[in-house]
Amino acid sequence: MADYNTMELMICTAARELEDGASVGVGTGAPCAAAMLAQKTGAPNLVIFFEAGGAAPLIPEMPISVGDSRTTYKALMASGMCEIMETACRGMLDYTFLGGAQIDMFGNLNSTRMGSDHQKPKVRFPGSGGANDFASFCWRMMVMTPQDPRRFAEKINYITTPGWLQGGDSRARSGLPLGAGPYRIITNMAVMDFEETSKRMRIIAINPGYSEKDVQDNCGFELLKASKIEENKPPTADELSILREKIDPYRYVIGR
Amino acid sequence: MSVEVIQQGIGRIFTDPNADKAREFFRKKNRKLEPKVMSVKDAVTKFVKNGDYLALGGFGANRIPTAVAHEIVRQGKKNMGFAGHTSTHDFQILCAGEVFDKLDVAYVVGLEARGLSPNARRYMESGKVEISEWTNYSLSVRFKAAAAGVSFYPSRNIMGTDTFHYSGAKVIECPFTGVKYAAMPAIFPDVSAIHVHEADIYGNCRLRGITVSDLDLARASKRLIITCERLIPTEEIRRDPSFTSIPYWLVDAVCEVPFGSYPGNMYGEYFSDEEHLRGWLKAEEDVEELTKFLEYNIYSCGDHIEYIEKNGGIRKMQALRNKEFLFIKARE
Repeated sequence: MADYNTMELMICTAARELEDGASVGVGTGAPCAAAMLAQKTGAPNLVIFFEAGGAAPLIPEMPISVGDSRTTYKALMASGMCEIMETACRGMLDYTFLGGAQIDMFGNLNSTRMGSDHQKPKVRFPGSGGANDFASFCWRMMVMTPQDPRRFAEKINYITTPGWLQGGDSRARSGLPLGAGPYRIITNMAVMDFEETSKRMRIIAINPGYSEKDVQDNCGFELLKASKIEENKPPTADELSILREKIDPYRYVIGR
Repeated sequence: MSVEVIQQGIGRIFTDPNADKAREFFRKKNRKLEPKVMSVKDAVTKFVKNGDYLALGGFGANRIPTAVAHEIVRQGKKNMGFAGHTSTHDFQILCAGEVFDKLDVAYVVGLEARGLSPNARRYMESGKVEISEWTNYSLSVRFKAAAAGVSFYPSRNIMGTDTFHYSGAKVIECPFTGVKYAAMPAIFPDVSAIHVHEADIYGNCRLRGITVSDLDLARASKRLIITCERLIPTEEIRRDPSFTSIPYWLVDAVCEVPFGSYPGNMYGEYFSDEEHLRGWLKAEEDVEELTKFLEYNIYSCGDHIEYIEKNGGIRKMQALRNKEFLFIKARE
């Protein structure tokens, strides 16, 4: 088995979810690394979009901002925020990767605050940025995050970004575009999807070296389990060398 | 018959979305082709007032009007409203001066991959700022509505979330299909500043790279300060008007500010100064340290040139230009 860290495993797992010819809205860091890896492995025709306006770039190195000049390097278009989000709202963005300080069993994300006083929060985080927009519009939302019981919380302080809201058909009733929603949660320990009717988070694969108990113990709510739970495949030597040598040679992301 | 409001956020709307009132303002706005070149100091003195609602163009630390943000802090402007539309380094600057006390949030406090600003967090957690919550696209369409001269724009995001609950948006039903939409109220900012690549003396502007929301913002704003990397002849604008994306009749002041987005990135010109931005974040960890840092970098500077000279001058700018064109080691 190749030697790798959990960040590398999460990025490789995420990259394999992106099929050739698909489109993806990404941010900086791990999501961008996953999209770049997918382009250099199974999905050379993956189209990458950045919320600030960069469309279909050939990213030379990890951007530091979703609006910096790396996001339009050899791009097919340098546009604006409405152009990108409206492309997503029309239904042309297949995937997006998001994150947050907290996630609940329906894949709702909090990146706004801790504490209950909105005007005087205990901890203030950045807020939605484009996360709520991408999660509302992109067909399949994915999250890449390390797993612990505080982050995977029974009740999150604030829903910044919609998952399946309160589960069941609540998202469909909310007014958000039909058929879009959370698809995969990729952690250092496992891969989860969402059960079709209840829309609750469900384990579908476990990473090498972890057990079902580890995954449940590091989650603040009860996880459903798929009838057959796969063992997630470790990164291949090929994936690792591309990731380390071509995508993130300075280890900005994979060194974290 | 009135449209039924199905749900309503509790966030305050800080600007009047009334399109007829905006039309009355724009009816009187100057359309004369006349030179508007002035210093940033004069532009801020003339066009930025205490209590105004402010928006800054660009994207946090990319193509931002740094000189205007510094000057607003230097002149001690207060009680402003502000559009936190992916506002990162510009937000740090305004927080340092406690310039605003009303805030529309899309993305604030963070500097993306660089981490969170300790001072912006302190200010946001102090209870001094009244907050309405939105998203990047929501603020984009609020500017788009204003640019179109209408009072709202329908969008399909934010419904069902706390972001909606703490916004000033309203859920309404489409009169054609019955589908729910979030109605986003127009923002007509009192004053905005946008940094561009090139402008002529009248304010006809060319900008390269991503436009973010700036083309709508320019049209939505009652008063607009343009800072530009370079002044160019009007003959060049007229030679090929297809490159003009902000026309002069939107513009109130034109300020030539070379390296005007520094320490931010300027597409095709220079990369961001990551060392300086790290230093800024570091200084913010300690209140006394920050006071000294701000004195050195903002309050004691006469203008943007002096700020740049204190931080490496032309030699540093040359290095940042190389970084922009070599496309390596962005984060060093």
